[in-house]
Amino acid sequence: MEEVYLDNAATTPISSAVLAELTDRYQHVFGNASTLYGLGRAANQVLEQARHTMATSIHADDEEIVFTSGGTESDNTAIIKTAEARQALGNHLITTAVEHEAVLKSMAYLEERGFRVTYLPVDETGQLSLADLENALDDETILVSIMSVNNEVGTRMPIHEIGERLKNHQAWFHTDAVQAYGLEDIDVKRDHIDMLSTSAHKINGPKLLGFLYRQKDLQFSSYLLGGDQEDKRRAGTENVPAIAGFATAVAALDASERTQRAERFQAFKLQILQQFKKHQIEVKVNGTLDQHTSPHILSLWFQGISTYVLQNNLDLEGIAVSGGSACTAGNLAPSHVLTALFGKQSPRLEESIRLSFGQATTSSEIEIFTTAVIKIIRRLAARRS
Amino acid sequence: MSDKQRVVVGMSGGVDSSVAAYLLKQQGYEVIGVFMKNWDDTDENGVCTATEDYKDVAHVANQLGIPYYSVNFEKEYRERVFNYFLAEYRRGRTPNPDVLCNTEIKYKAFLEYALDLGADYIAMGHYAQLKRDEQGHNHLLRSTDLNKDQTYFLSQLSTDQLDRILFPVGGMTKPEVREIAHEAQLYVADKKDSMGVCFIGPNNFDNFLSEYLPAQPGKMMTFDGEVKGQHQGLMYYTIGQRRGLGIGGDGHDNQPWFVVGKDLAHNVLYVGKGYENPHLYADYLLASGMSWVAGNTMGQDFHCTAKFRYRQRDVGVTVHVDPDGDRVRVDFDEPARAVTPGQALVLYQGAECLGEATIDAAYQHSKKLQYV
Repeated sequence: MEEVYLDNAATTPISSAVLAELTDRYQHVFGNASTLYGLGRAANQVLEQARHTMATSIHADDEEIVFTSGGTESDNTAIIKTAEARQALGNHLITTAVEHEAVLKSMAYLEERGFRVTYLPVDETGQLSLADLENALDDETILVSIMSVNNEVGTRMPIHEIGERLKNHQAWFHTDAVQAYGLEDIDVKRDHIDMLSTSAHKINGPKLLGFLYRQKDLQFSSYLLGGDQEDKRRAGTENVPAIAGFATAVAALDASERTQRAERFQAFKLQILQQFKKHQIEVKVNGTLDQHTSPHILSLWFQGISTYVLQNNLDLEGIAVSGGSACTAGNLAPSHVLTALFGKQSPRLEESIRLSFGQATTSSEIEIFTTAVIKIIRRLAARRS
Repeated sequence: MSDKQRVVVGMSGGVDSSVAAYLLKQQGYEVIGVFMKNWDDTDENGVCTATEDYKDVAHVANQLGIPYYSVNFEKEYRERVFNYFLAEYRRGRTPNPDVLCNTEIKYKAFLEYALDLGADYIAMGHYAQLKRDEQGHNHLLRSTDLNKDQTYFLSQLSTDQLDRILFPVGGMTKPEVREIAHEAQLYVADKKDSMGVCFIGPNNFDNFLSEYLPAQPGKMMTFDGEVKGQHQGLMYYTIGQRRGLGIGGDGHDNQPWFVVGKDLAHNVLYVGKGYENPHLYADYLLASGMSWVAGNTMGQDFHCTAKFRYRQRDVGVTVHVDPDGDRVRVDFDEPARAVTPGQALVLYQGAECLGEATIDAAYQHSKKLQYV
């Protein structure tokens, strides 16, 4: 049975180039980057080279990159530590209803501590309205956190417009770019972004690693308490070999590679929908098919087919897709994103799956997927008739 | 695709269903383990429990090298089982939700889901056995382990459902099942047996009930009209119950008190003295909703054995089936104690479980006992 992996928004496999880099660096650059002898200096040099790669990838300065344990820690730090640092200026934060839990739970944490949070709604395509943002902003607003690309339906938020609007407002602008980094053209200067979160394992890098870009004038303290690593902005010994691997992954994603991927992924979407249309499979896209949605995410609603049944059947065929996040008893929790798009009562909440493509995804995998879905849905229809 | 037959096993995280999955794997089936979540016990912090049991399922499934999933039937359970359960309590009866849970959830909603996964069979760790007759109809038989036999709870199933069911541990005793679990070094080999209804343990049952039904305290009386105290709400008491009445013996005979009847209209709980209180004994009962596992093979009037509650020895009965086929009158060979409206009447012919009906009323000398 050929394994088909269509859940790259959840995580991606390590690329062979990254694996080679990791293997080499773990063997040869094991020193602690904060130490003052040869092995430490060697590690420090690799670390700073990697930092430069990261900075260049988003048009930031090297000193603005802080390595973290990934998207969650970056989001937690950006939101909680800046809110604490800026309470004298106001107690209001703005975000959207469709953020990742790492953002939403940070916001909830602050609400419990007296901060006021506005959750901007989205329309049926997952898009927010700039007018809503305008209405929510006030003199008390100290932080706006809006994701670049939604992880469940792929909606691209108007980051440039938000940055423009906020550049003369006291509020800092944070974006969770975990699903955008590596696919989108990110320019923190052009878009007036103050903080940006990334994760290495979404772009074929190692897990438990990422960085937080923080504009150099921002003052706030480390979330973790300990050593003075990362210019006192993130305590804990840097995982230098993994960071070097992350840099290899980032270097592979230059502008031409990003464009190629976007085109390939968009073609996958059309291939899937054409196949379903040809075989008269009823399916609707949650989100849009145009440039307002990231090419690597495709959320589909199969009316009348429960997420459990479709996802489990696909798994039995060796095909991995996402059915949403599971609670600790393994049940799928109703998606807060689909709820924000379609309302609590919508059947889409219980009848949707998400596909997400990555570097390794092939057209033949897509074909195996569509063939399997067609077979499964026909079998179910035959059983019910 | 493999040509193995596919079995979806309902895995609770307990030893019985774990051994069931293990045995099926040994027998060469393609086995899929599925954990069912039928009740939302998510607390105010959004923590959903049932977590430990699911973890155990994952452990055992990984040991066996089989895929495992979790499905949610909370909506179905609430609509098809729990609403009935509450309605019965509102009528002052003592329902048995486990019978309905099997009929509607474990062997219906779950079966449908398993068939959607392309299953040839579903399996559970229930203690019961199947026998196929010459016509190919399945019959439900008691487990080898009569202490563990669960046919009482499976008595509403039909032969069509049984066609798709396997009971891998039904022909074993509990100690044998434990031994297999130990030999196979299954993670849950020493896990304690679970107790109580699908959705609530036995310990806080009254608290649970009070969250859903308003308790109306009222008088506790004897049939002679003597008020003996207050009851907390009729739903908390069942016929024949002794504990929790709060009335002691009165000096000369020191006999304990028992619940002997309920008057729902006047909110009165009747109590009587002595385990063998005559008001507790019925010579026949009426039941309705008669369902036969493999059709009625017995005729309109016949003698067989019956249980009118779980964990009770069979008693001899003569059954008269109403021409409508739905209602039955059951005459006891010997007067029967504490026949309780709402409970399942389950009929047996030797080892075979014939079917089930819900008890509506009990009679003594052609007079309806004052149970509801």
